Amino acid sequence: MSIIHDKIAPADQLVSLFEKSREILNRGSSPILNRMREVSIKRFAQTGIPGFKNEDYKYTNLKPAFEKSYSQELVRESGLINLNEVYSRNIPELDAHLVFIVNGWFYSGNKPGSELPNGVVFGSLEQIANDRPELLQNYLNRQAGLSDDPFVTLNTAFTKDGFFIYIPKGVIVEKPIQIINLLSSDENLSVTQRNMVIAEPGSRIKLVICDQTLSPASFITNSVSEIFAGEDTLVDVYTIQNLNNQSTAISSAFYKLQRNSIVTTGAISLHGGMIRNNLKITFSGDHSEANVNGISFTDQKQHVDNFTVIEHASPNCLSNQIYKNILDDESTGAFAGRIHVARDAQQTNAFQRNNNVLLSDKARMQTKPQLIIDADDVKCSHGATVGQIDKDALFFLRSRGIGEKEARMMLMNAFAHEVIQKISIQSLRDRIDELIEKRLNGEITRGHI
Amino acid sequence: MYDMENQDQLLNDITSQEYQYGFITDIDTDVIPKGLNEEVIRLISFKKKEPEFMLEFRLNAYRHWLKMKTPEWAHLKIPPIDFQETIYYAAPRTSPKYQNLDEVDPELLETFKKLGIPIEEQKHLAGVAVDVVMDSVSVTTTFKKVLAEKGIIFCSFSDALTEHPDLVRKYLGTSVPTTDNFFAALNSAVFSDGSFCYIPKGVRCPMELSTYFRINTAGTGQFERTLIIADDDSYVSYLEGCTAPKRDENQLHAAVVEIIAHDRAEVKYSTVQNWYPGDKNGLGGIYNFVTKRGICRGVSSKISWTQVETGSAITWKYPSCVLIGDNSVGEFNSVALTNHHQQADTGTKMIHIGKNTKSTIVSKGISAGKSDNSYRGLVKVMPGAINSRNYSQCDSLLLGSTCGAHTFPYIEVGNKSSIVEHEATTSKIGEDQIFYCNQRGISTEDAIGMIVNGYAREVLNKLPMEFAVEAQKLLAISLEGSVG
Repeated sequence: MSIIHDKIAPADQLVSLFEKSREILNRGSSPILNRMREVSIKRFAQTGIPGFKNEDYKYTNLKPAFEKSYSQELVRESGLINLNEVYSRNIPELDAHLVFIVNGWFYSGNKPGSELPNGVVFGSLEQIANDRPELLQNYLNRQAGLSDDPFVTLNTAFTKDGFFIYIPKGVIVEKPIQIINLLSSDENLSVTQRNMVIAEPGSRIKLVICDQTLSPASFITNSVSEIFAGEDTLVDVYTIQNLNNQSTAISSAFYKLQRNSIVTTGAISLHGGMIRNNLKITFSGDHSEANVNGISFTDQKQHVDNFTVIEHASPNCLSNQIYKNILDDESTGAFAGRIHVARDAQQTNAFQRNNNVLLSDKARMQTKPQLIIDADDVKCSHGATVGQIDKDALFFLRSRGIGEKEARMMLMNAFAHEVIQKISIQSLRDRIDELIEKRLNGEITRGHI
Repeated sequence: MYDMENQDQLLNDITSQEYQYGFITDIDTDVIPKGLNEEVIRLISFKKKEPEFMLEFRLNAYRHWLKMKTPEWAHLKIPPIDFQETIYYAAPRTSPKYQNLDEVDPELLETFKKLGIPIEEQKHLAGVAVDVVMDSVSVTTTFKKVLAEKGIIFCSFSDALTEHPDLVRKYLGTSVPTTDNFFAALNSAVFSDGSFCYIPKGVRCPMELSTYFRINTAGTGQFERTLIIADDDSYVSYLEGCTAPKRDENQLHAAVVEIIAHDRAEVKYSTVQNWYPGDKNGLGGIYNFVTKRGICRGVSSKISWTQVETGSAITWKYPSCVLIGDNSVGEFNSVALTNHHQQADTGTKMIHIGKNTKSTIVSKGISAGKSDNSYRGLVKVMPGAINSRNYSQCDSLLLGSTCGAHTFPYIEVGNKSSIVEHEATTSKIGEDQIFYCNQRGISTEDAIGMIVNGYAREVLNKLPMEFAVEAQKLLAISLEGSVG
């Protein structure tokens, strides 16, 4: 373990940590991972950690989080988790291929391959990059490498492991794959994770990713996922974040959609000190579709920022976004959604909505929807609202003998349900409904049980 | 039957529409050498025989401006501007004072005739008092006497400085501080003239006050400053129109408008902006970098901005309302049409500070040719602004496949009792809509004209009569003979 020392600017510390641990980082890693490191750290050194003056990070200041000192697990450590304890995170009735990732490392006790359809490659990114580099060399960093986001370049420099999924042509993975990201440490820990999903033409996959802290330490996670949806594919990715209040989670997901593909995402943030979700969808084939949804619940001093970019680079595509936030106490929320329709992307339909409910006078919501349209034959719209629970609706319920607390709960559930119903897995939908009810009743512990 | 090629042809025709107000009036003008330094500012101040505090105000602004950078955050491509190549003061030598219109240089009167708003006609027909600012100096102020009887002060900024220095001193820079932004600082340093308006307590201004701006001299920048103060329980409707002759070089227009509304006062500010947009190749045209801000200082006060923007090569303009007084109301209604290579980044800021404050934003963008049209707005509800309400609607209409329409709203809400809503849509004119009109014997050309007019109507209806007619004409000029 290496300690990041304080008193030096956090970005410089990270650069010097990289210099010091270059050898450890490269050791055991595939050359295709290693050759990206040097360029990326140089790019990161130029930008540093973005402050609020960076337009993209205007509403989320991550600098203070990086000023704490953290350890980093640069080599795989074993024997950390008690699976019995962890199985409680499982979703009852969700019949899924279950794997664990601990502190960013694909857990070696996983045996995911056995029951998956033929040809599906699923496992540790580190291992697969070493064993079968041909599978990922045409995809790795092809999307993330184009990003200017400092956290993406930082991730690329420090990448060691994460999950990798390859679904061959025409293969349908019926059962969802559930990936449980566990964070467990006695001391403050910085975690880097890199994931890849490659869906070959005609394939189908559903992913459920759960982020969970198991101890009250401060975690800072920086994960980057690249998802390639080939022609005629169906890809569903749902994430459920339940992290402790001391943790900071930065995740960046890049989706590239080929012709006729449909991607559905859902980001459910139940708890977390500071959460920043970057999501970028690039339509690079026509007649593809993206449904992008998210809901977050915040209280105390939590902060959730969803930042989406939808790049309509091809004609005849459809994007649909709904993001919702329910904010209580002194929590803050932010949403930024950018839809860009390129000059030749005619017949584009792009819709976006952001609805927010403030439950307390000290809660704050900042929203920044954007439309950048360079084609003319398009239908694009965005809407944003910030308000409270509808008094008339509340009165309606109360006048029918429903207590105020329950009535409020019903209305908030209904508010959230619009996002939840977009989830295509029935058992997951039920589980999340249940989780949300518990969350709103204050029955879910903050990220560690 | 609706026919695609025909429409393309029509859309092409928009691009070929040339600026109709492009003529240069040959009036003897008093100019100072180009360039900007403290000496120039002292010279401007000296020429205008200003009181000492004004010189201080200008110099402070200039010193601050030197430390600032041109804003680059807008969705605009602004070529570098050489601020030393601009003439900062140009006054028609025939100015300043006339008792009646007969004494005014006939050339000047002819100018306004060509503009379609002859002063005498307005005097008779509309009952509008016009303060004409040509190249920054007020040439003539009509109806001054009628207004004076009511205690209303409506005069050029220079006159206000000599006659009512205390009022100017009290309010100047309170709405737009000299340090506000790059162009406001520049304006504060070099502004040559503008309009000043004070409505006393309880007075309802009996007529619409109007200013017409026109840039005449080559290589000049126009830096006018407007200050409107509405005292308790007063009402005023203020109109502003702008045109400039055709020139190959780009001219800079950096104006500042400040409005202060006291208890229960209402100010309605309407603009029809038709600066020279440059030719169809994007050559020349006005850079319109304007700072407009109204402060609803008093309880239940109201400020509404209505703008029709059809001109300028580049527009950078965000008329804003700061709603300090409880129950105060802010409104913003805008139609922005861009064509050729025009670029517009315009919108508003609504800052809710007082309780029960309300604001409405209606923005209609129309892009054609190779232009880029952006709406950029901020709605900010401070924690203390309980029960505040905002509704925003921003629509964009695209005519042609080479133009762009963009929307950048920012919404920041800091308490639970406020409601903020924002809606935006972008679309082109539906083929079914045109087909519907064609079926009923309306040509595609007329149909597009009708649809565009209907689209902008919501905003045009907010304009005072005289302006609504002119604005409709302006929209028609851009579309007539091509699409409507």
